[in-house]
Amino acid sequence: MLIALLPACGGPAVDPESSQGASTGATSETLTIYSGRSEELVGPIIEQFREATGVDVEVRYGTTSEMAVTLLEEGDKSPADIFFAQDPGGLGAVSELMVPLPEDILERVDPRFRDPQRRWVGISGRARVIVYNNQRLTPNDLPDDLWAFTDPQWKGRVGWAPTNASFQTMVTAMRVTWGEQKTRQWLEGVLANEPIAYEKNTPIVAAVAAGEVDVGFVNHYYLYRLLQEEGESFPARNYFLPDGGPGSLVMVAGAGVLASSDNQETAHRFLRFMLSPVAQQYFATQTFEYPLVDGVRTPSDLPPLSALNPVQVDLADLADLEGTLRLLRDVGTLP
Amino acid sequence: MMIRTMNVITWAVNETRHLRVSCPLSWDVLVFWGPALLVAASLLMPPLYLIQRTIEAGPTTWESLLGRGTLGVIGRTACLAVGVTVVSCLIAVPLGWLTVRADLPWQRLWAVLTALPLVVPSYVGAYLVVAALGPRGMVQTWLEGLFGVQRLPDIYGLPGALLVLTLLSYPYVLLNVRAALLRMDPALEEASRTLGYGPWKTFWRITLPQLRPALASGGLLVSLYALRDFGAVSIMRYNTFTRVIYIQYQSSFDRSGAAALSLVLVAMTVSILIFEMRMRGRAHDNHNSMGAARPQALARLGYWRWPALFFCSAVVGLALVLPTGVLLYWLVRGVQVGEQLGSLRVATQNSLLASGLATGAVLAASLPLAVLSVRRRGRLSHTLERLSYLSFALPGVVVALALIFFGIRYARPLYQTLPMLILAYGILFLPQGVGAVRASLLQVHLNLEEAARGLGRRPLHVLATITLPLVRPGITAGAGLVFLTAMKELPATLILGPLGFKTLATAVWSAVSEAFFARAAAPALLLILASSLPMAFLILHEPDRKL
Repeated sequence: MLIALLPACGGPAVDPESSQGASTGATSETLTIYSGRSEELVGPIIEQFREATGVDVEVRYGTTSEMAVTLLEEGDKSPADIFFAQDPGGLGAVSELMVPLPEDILERVDPRFRDPQRRWVGISGRARVIVYNNQRLTPNDLPDDLWAFTDPQWKGRVGWAPTNASFQTMVTAMRVTWGEQKTRQWLEGVLANEPIAYEKNTPIVAAVAAGEVDVGFVNHYYLYRLLQEEGESFPARNYFLPDGGPGSLVMVAGAGVLASSDNQETAHRFLRFMLSPVAQQYFATQTFEYPLVDGVRTPSDLPPLSALNPVQVDLADLADLEGTLRLLRDVGTLP
Repeated sequence: MMIRTMNVITWAVNETRHLRVSCPLSWDVLVFWGPALLVAASLLMPPLYLIQRTIEAGPTTWESLLGRGTLGVIGRTACLAVGVTVVSCLIAVPLGWLTVRADLPWQRLWAVLTALPLVVPSYVGAYLVVAALGPRGMVQTWLEGLFGVQRLPDIYGLPGALLVLTLLSYPYVLLNVRAALLRMDPALEEASRTLGYGPWKTFWRITLPQLRPALASGGLLVSLYALRDFGAVSIMRYNTFTRVIYIQYQSSFDRSGAAALSLVLVAMTVSILIFEMRMRGRAHDNHNSMGAARPQALARLGYWRWPALFFCSAVVGLALVLPTGVLLYWLVRGVQVGEQLGSLRVATQNSLLASGLATGAVLAASLPLAVLSVRRRGRLSHTLERLSYLSFALPGVVVALALIFFGIRYARPLYQTLPMLILAYGILFLPQGVGAVRASLLQVHLNLEEAARGLGRRPLHVLATITLPLVRPGITAGAGLVFLTAMKELPATLILGPLGFKTLATAVWSAVSEAFFARAAAPALLLILASSLPMAFLILHEPDRKL
């Protein structure tokens, strides 16, 4: 049939940039990455790795969950070497398929930003913030901690994204620090204020600026992306909760090496590169995320990681989502 | 003259009936049954995968599935499917009639434009509709300046999802209706007019029943598309099945829970298929005449021209001009701010290559199935044809995972190569080809083929010189549909495509997911343009119907 003839038609056009690295390098190593982080975010830094080392890197981009279920479906026959995920939940789901990492890679980051079972390491961080419309509100109007949003004065003014992984991670942190009961009360309290549910974080920031809602629970770096595109007059700003608590949670995007990989050495090189000052500086200045390695400066308008007062939660606890999902479904925020 | 020709042909057919050799078994098997069974084998992969994964589901999965809102989700999904189908048919029939049978000004232009909304991906369309018509969107800002309107009514939920999905999928019905109208024998209508029925009554009682197969197959596609769509319902925040399935994958990475839900989707598909079969009715009885499509006079619209033009502009405006306009705005604004657009040459090439191959594959696979279901009626051929629809309502990610499951175990060398992606496209889009070819084939009377055979032509010759030219409108409609939908396909391309295989759809998604709107606008506009050109070409080269 026609399909059998297809291999004769010639291969598809492949991005020329990805084959350049192989020709300039002395090695013919290859590396296959499944990335839940989008090409816009990590493409440039992967390109830098290609040019610096000559390794032929092939990346499959998708959402973290799509890549995770793909890896689970492929199992030990997967062609992937590295899984680069947006959040610990994705890494946790795949952790049985991953191998422990060498100590020197793990030690580059703080213990709270890596897997206690040594299977993955955090690469860049992001903080939960409140994004608010600065034409309607000032920082004085905003509360000191997350609990205050159960107050009826916020009725109809709040936007959130219950299906988003970062939100669910935050709720998991709530369950760990506040306990199940208080978390449930918070969820029910906010639900009583009729929040508008969005699919992801970016629409929340856009909606806040448009005035559809006044505040939203998002990650810190989306604002900078929109500021870059829309200009300083974009009427939204970040607000870091002064009292800390789960509302100031710092989450990491991380990566791990798969057991099915034939290129584990090269994979370790890649991870070392991602944790080098060059790459960490890239994350700090180009994607507006927090670098996790000491000695790299964060952008001046971001409060430094140390000043953030994030809740001390073990990331391993955050990787377990089952209880959170059950709670969210129970309360009615998730279908 | 025509009566005499009819008499001759009928005589020839009757005389040679005893001479007509039934097709030798090998010919039938080679050209029709063999390929059809091969196609059926690939079509069974997604359901088999789903059953396998569902069996693995643990008790917690069942507990959460059979609980709370599953009934609500079924209800909401059914509501959306029915609503979108009904409104799509209501839009498509007048538009089809206006662009084929009436003397609408600039008819060819409208013919092309009204079929084009299918090129807009649903996630883009929904995003743009919200950006434009949302409570605090562009239209509201514009209205605020003029009339002080603070906030437009909420467009989220069922109204928004219904609007977006209808506007973007009515062309499924429209293309089938147009193909049917083009092939329709005007003799019945002419007879009805001479016997005293006015134009409306003729349309209602003569034309519309003849359109039933086209409406049924187009409506089937639309309803299944409404079941499978994720982009629009997620942005409009309407919890249909697909959204719940995605949340299963996203939140708990639960493949068995998602598989169980997908099986429910398959069950809904089967019930829709049964309904459509009833609707289709006695389609094969609908053309007793030996009719051939003839050029005929276009209906004069007179003053009705203005409402007709308004209707066409409204539909095209909302479905095509609005999204394109917003995209152009984003593009211009992005360029002004100095945003980097990046080269899209490779993505465009890949998109065109994959879609072209998919179109070829789907047509090659549809022909045996359609011919068998019309010309070799029987339970097996009927089942094979129905089988093609089974996976149409499944989200692309499910089909992709099914192919991973089978591909990585049994076809490792082919895994993550272009042929496997084309296979995924084939499974995803086969019903579009089968439905279009079948609807067209039903309008070709069996006697024409039998007459040719009786007069000595070999079966292959008959196929090539009699059947294929007569079903050409159906084939081109099917080809156009498959090409369009393949261009904008996203999840299967991301998961199954060869590494580094960028298409325009993945470029749009990548940019939109990080709020780089100008960077999303360029590939989105290219996608719309690249999908539109073949469609426009096909429509403009339709057989001339004017007297």
